[in-house]
Amino acid sequence: MTPRPFLRAFVSPAVLCAAALLAALAAVLQYSLRAFVPGALEPGGFTLANFAALAKPLYARVFLDTVWICFITALVALVLGYPLAYALVRARSAAVKAAILVIAVTPLFLGEVVRTYSWIVVLGNNGFVNAMLLKLGLIAQPLQLMFTRFGVVTALVHVTLPVMVIMLAAALAHVDRDCERAAASLGAGPIRTFLTVTLPLSMPGVVAGVTTAFAWTFSAFATPQLIGGGQVNMVSNLVYQLGFASFNFPFAASLSVAGLALTFAVLALLRAAARPLEKIGPH
Amino acid sequence: MPRFSSQRLLRLFGALVVTAVLGFLLLPAIVVALAAFNGRAILSFPPETWSLRWFAKALAYEDFRAGVRNGAIVTAWASVIALAVGAAFAFVLDRYEFRFKRMLETLLLSPLVIAHFTVGLGFLILAAQLGVARGYAVVVACHVVLVLPFVLRSVYVSLRNLDRRLELAAASLGAPPARVLATVTLPLLLPGLVSGWLFAAMLSFNEFTASLFVTVQRTQTLPVVTYNYVREYADPSMAATSVIYIVATAALLTFATIFFGLGKVLNVEQAR
Repeated sequence: MTPRPFLRAFVSPAVLCAAALLAALAAVLQYSLRAFVPGALEPGGFTLANFAALAKPLYARVFLDTVWICFITALVALVLGYPLAYALVRARSAAVKAAILVIAVTPLFLGEVVRTYSWIVVLGNNGFVNAMLLKLGLIAQPLQLMFTRFGVVTALVHVTLPVMVIMLAAALAHVDRDCERAAASLGAGPIRTFLTVTLPLSMPGVVAGVTTAFAWTFSAFATPQLIGGGQVNMVSNLVYQLGFASFNFPFAASLSVAGLALTFAVLALLRAAARPLEKIGPH
Repeated sequence: MPRFSSQRLLRLFGALVVTAVLGFLLLPAIVVALAAFNGRAILSFPPETWSLRWFAKALAYEDFRAGVRNGAIVTAWASVIALAVGAAFAFVLDRYEFRFKRMLETLLLSPLVIAHFTVGLGFLILAAQLGVARGYAVVVACHVVLVLPFVLRSVYVSLRNLDRRLELAAASLGAPPARVLATVTLPLLLPGLVSGWLFAAMLSFNEFTASLFVTVQRTQTLPVVTYNYVREYADPSMAATSVIYIVATAALLTFATIFFGLGKVLNVEQAR
């Protein structure tokens, strides 16, 4: 057995963190199976009633809406993110690279509240877009962009774009350029080279980007809360409302558990669907 | 040459698309800056008068100041703990095989795909069940778990890029493992460690959803305070706060890109 210095000392803190996370998730699971006692913070006995209540059309609808919003957001982020990631990896000038990197990554670190507020200023009835369109005489009345699904998805795409670009760029950076040169030398034009060589080889990044974007969008709270304004509701808004307005923590917990199960199911499906595509990619 | 011109057309088209997407990313920042320097309390584009009064108001607002103080306390603890735990685990992940390695790694990376409201709710319930008062410790623990994947990833990438021969050279000259670690490995890892810590600190300082669940009035961090402000008031103080945020964050990232090769840490540099 080769000596492995530091193994125990370096693994133990990580085990502690993992244990804390597991305990927190177990606490959610446990609460989701307890009865709600109105007026009391302590939950009652064990029951499956919370999960039965999830089937109500009101809640089922929010789940469907959430999945739909997450899909659209991930797809739009992919379409917008791919050219940016490509430019980030392939740009010849180091300054252009650095500029793209900083512009693309900064929103990731701004936090949801700042970004959401900025979009309220852009999309509001007397916000930037409406003021410009009115000034140009293109519209007579302000467009209703706030409290719409369009507004929520626009802001959410902005939130998920950075992580999409990072994942796509990481995959594109590891595409062997000799493969592209080979295709070009055999007479393939740039579009054909891209479609038959570069795009398939970057598929792992596409899968990673779409799945992460989906999960991140599912996690968003401030954006649907403030830009959706009660007209567009996601699971996160429901969980918060049940917890902090009704103090029904058991039901909030069961919504979280269902949300987690749904996220994992969709991620597994996306990965399974992408497996044939990834086969083309590098191993 | 038709081929040549079609390639140029393609390049031009590509540049246009990239500029448009960059514009989309920058648009809210530009608009919020316009709003922040607006002289009046009601938004108007372009502003009729210019002023710095919203910056003065934001900086003097007691709740924001308390949010910054609380955030600094939480971020300082959470980022340092996450850095230590994450760097140590990245080291063993890179070097050793051991039981439950994959499981532990999956578990620690899972906050990337678990909704933050679920993690926040979990720590809230856990604290209640253990009878722990909802002080800073709960917020810090929650933040450590949430930012750990980012530290883990950036230190791991740096470890992969490290030239192991330098460690072997030190060891062959008689340096014990602890000395190799302290005098060779850690200095070589510095860019990854600094970037990892920076990620952890920025993400912790800005973590909102989970913080909303685990903080109480006394421990509210800046994102929670600003969220409450946006819900109550519409004046441009929040725009001024956003501008300060955006400028500080962009400056930090530019600094990280130039001095620590952020592109390398994020693993987005062309391999060949």
